[in-house]
Amino acid sequence: MSDARNQPTLALGPVLFNWSADRLGDFFARIADEADVDRVHVGEVVCSKREPFFADRLPEAIERLQRAGKTVVVDALALPTLKRERQSVGDVVGLDGVEIEINDMTPLALLEPGRRFAVSPLVNVYDEGTLGVLAKRGAWSVGLPYELPLPSIARLAAEGARLGVEIQVHAFGRLPLAISGRCYHARVHGLAKDSCQFVCGEDPDGLEVDTLDGEGFLAINGVQTMSRDCVAVLDEAEALIEAGVTSFRLSPQACDMVAVAAIFRARIAGAISAEEARARLGEVGLSIPLGIPMMSGSWPATAGSLSAR
Amino acid sequence: MTEAALPRFPRLIDRVIGRLPTLPLDLAMRRFVGSLADRHPSLFSRLGEHATKRFLIEPTDLSLGFLLAPDPAMPRLEAVKRDAAGVCSVACDARIAGPLAALVGMVHGALDGDALFFSRDIVIEGDTEAVLALRNAVDDAEIDLAAEIAATTGPASPYVAQVLEAIRPAAERLTGVALGRPGAMA
Amino acid sequence: MNAPVSPSTTKVRPELVCPAGTPAALRTAVEAGADAVYCGFRDETNARNFPGLNFDEKELIEGIRFAHGHGAKVLVAINTFPRAGGTKLWHDAVAKAEAAGADAVILADLGLVAHTAEKHPTLRRHLSVQAAAANPDAIRFWVENFGIRRVVLPRVLTVPEIAAINAEIACETEVFVFGGLCVMAEGRCSLSSHATGKSPNMTGVCSPPSHVLYREDGDDLVARLGTYTIDRTPKGVPAPYPTLCKGRFTAGDYSGHVFEDPVSLDAAQMIPGLIEAGVTAFKIEGRQRSRAYTQAVVAAFRKAVDDHMAGRPIAADMTRRLAEGQTTTAGAYKKTWR
Repeated sequence: MSDARNQPTLALGPVLFNWSADRLGDFFARIADEADVDRVHVGEVVCSKREPFFADRLPEAIERLQRAGKTVVVDALALPTLKRERQSVGDVVGLDGVEIEINDMTPLALLEPGRRFAVSPLVNVYDEGTLGVLAKRGAWSVGLPYELPLPSIARLAAEGARLGVEIQVHAFGRLPLAISGRCYHARVHGLAKDSCQFVCGEDPDGLEVDTLDGEGFLAINGVQTMSRDCVAVLDEAEALIEAGVTSFRLSPQACDMVAVAAIFRARIAGAISAEEARARLGEVGLSIPLGIPMMSGSWPATAGSLSAR
Repeated sequence: MTEAALPRFPRLIDRVIGRLPTLPLDLAMRRFVGSLADRHPSLFSRLGEHATKRFLIEPTDLSLGFLLAPDPAMPRLEAVKRDAAGVCSVACDARIAGPLAALVGMVHGALDGDALFFSRDIVIEGDTEAVLALRNAVDDAEIDLAAEIAATTGPASPYVAQVLEAIRPAAERLTGVALGRPGAMA
Repeated sequence: MNAPVSPSTTKVRPELVCPAGTPAALRTAVEAGADAVYCGFRDETNARNFPGLNFDEKELIEGIRFAHGHGAKVLVAINTFPRAGGTKLWHDAVAKAEAAGADAVILADLGLVAHTAEKHPTLRRHLSVQAAAANPDAIRFWVENFGIRRVVLPRVLTVPEIAAINAEIACETEVFVFGGLCVMAEGRCSLSSHATGKSPNMTGVCSPPSHVLYREDGDDLVARLGTYTIDRTPKGVPAPYPTLCKGRFTAGDYSGHVFEDPVSLDAAQMIPGLIEAGVTAFKIEGRQRSRAYTQAVVAAFRKAVDDHMAGRPIAADMTRRLAEGQTTTAGAYKKTWR
């Protein structure tokens, strides 16, 4: 792991929560200036109703990130159904001068031939056949589904190496578990989706869902359902690199993401231990418990007691 | 599918059944389950790993329960009497309890197990997966209990079937239990 | 139209696609009036991989012979996502379905669809709801590149949205009209994985019975999935449905069904609107349910479709007792659901 050429890349995933335009502007400015990441994702993935708020400031954020030497990836919506949502996806795939990431199959019908794209973990890439089809169509980076076990990751990483496709795993942040046509934030606030008053904006990390016996379980983020815990790939880092994973994704939470990036950079370089990384993650201002990733194999058995770790 | 409440098995008949010695009943049931295994091999193969489990089938309106061990190598069905507290105390992997009419109606494909569960006419405890496997396997086997009972009587079975068919309408009226598949002859 | 014509000559007759969890259920569905049945192999290649269910090769051949003898089609669902390193099982399933004489295969995985298009070009390909193709662009991708003939639409769309999709695409659409309702975009949900390590996409099960435990706690019936309590119900109310997204939870000040009420989809009353929207086939969910369910629901929908085609009104509330939680909803077909 000392050879710099073999270091996996570190990507800051798209902000999945409804942060205000000012908060997003400040966030990207600080990431541009201070964060040690190779790539930064921008754009709205979860809910098209949130898109307009930051749209006019997005070009400025992209420019600042690029000036700071970061590769910028613009994400398309995860579940486009309405006409304006399809238009939004069409706008993203038509962008010049940036990388783009698909979050469902819609963009594949709209892409110019030869246009390369990244594939997010929200797209189902479970096997070599699917990876091969996507690579042939121009995929250069593929984020694997959260529920894949380590042997599948290794198998796909080997195939990715053969095809020249980067294989990425989710390394930090609440896990997106499901997406729906229904907005749960609006539902639990007794509102209709069309007049939601953007209540999801009250919860910058999402809103926790507990069982009736008071166990922490899930979190909701508008139409998205996530894990309650903030997953952190720490103990598994070496095994994943060994398996051939070439990129780690950090999904922004409401905490010091510059510090989080520094911790993961050190961890994947082998400069700090999992224990030290865990201790340092305790000081980044994260208000939700840390959890272990699904690919660890011990996920369901220990899911109920993650916060103890 | 009926919207009406499930009938309870008549107390008087149950009292008679409750006083029967279990040995002849067990012998009859052993013959019954052996014949069932011969006539419906797929019932047992569909159970897969769950064939080695023990199911307590407990008609809540009978003073008896039934312990089913559907292992194809040696399938067993035994009567289990309730103790003083009214409990069928026997070791099992899963328990399915409900009125006899509900349980037999499920076997005959006249009633839907999920609907009976949602309405809480039947109760499931223990190994949920094993219960589901049993339900699915029995559902596919299209069992007709009257026909199965007739089949255990060997050469006499055509006559027994005729007798059972003749008394079926009256018996069904009396007990509220569907004694065969809807529309099927014993 | 100038001259009065009988309704049945102006409407396209929809296909009623019915569940067959077992060979007996297949025969039941066909005899109750199914135009087509769908079924799967007894392994993780299909999304209803429950114990005691499904078909082996011989049963499939016999089932297809029976269905074809009664003028019904058989669609074979191979709609999970292949395991990396284990794709042969899925490839073999497609080959076995074709050899058995299946009228179509229902697929979800991009790689498997591409494989089938290349190796089995004459085998009709339907896109499973698990592929979550939710708009005309996504559907166009599947149709133009892989010759998909029919798309099973996700249960997140309204009737006007379905009509808009049909106006833009060059393949048939199939929609669910009855049964268990997924509240999430299908094929894009890892909630079951999160709680149990087993998922619809990989294992073909959601909230698997192996991880469901019912327990009496005082007056409550408690349903647990894995290590999580997913519901508690007091005596006298319908039993808790053992599916994660239909459980009761708390979120902020809210306590109750955060995701979905334990209801079942019943779109019988929407049949005219869905036909009007250009839908080719109506699908009934429930391969994991009993013959009694299959018989009652298929017969009810056979009558509903026939009544509508003959210009008669569709009877209300035919199948409520069979529904989860014994109540029904029109689901996403009405916009207020969202």
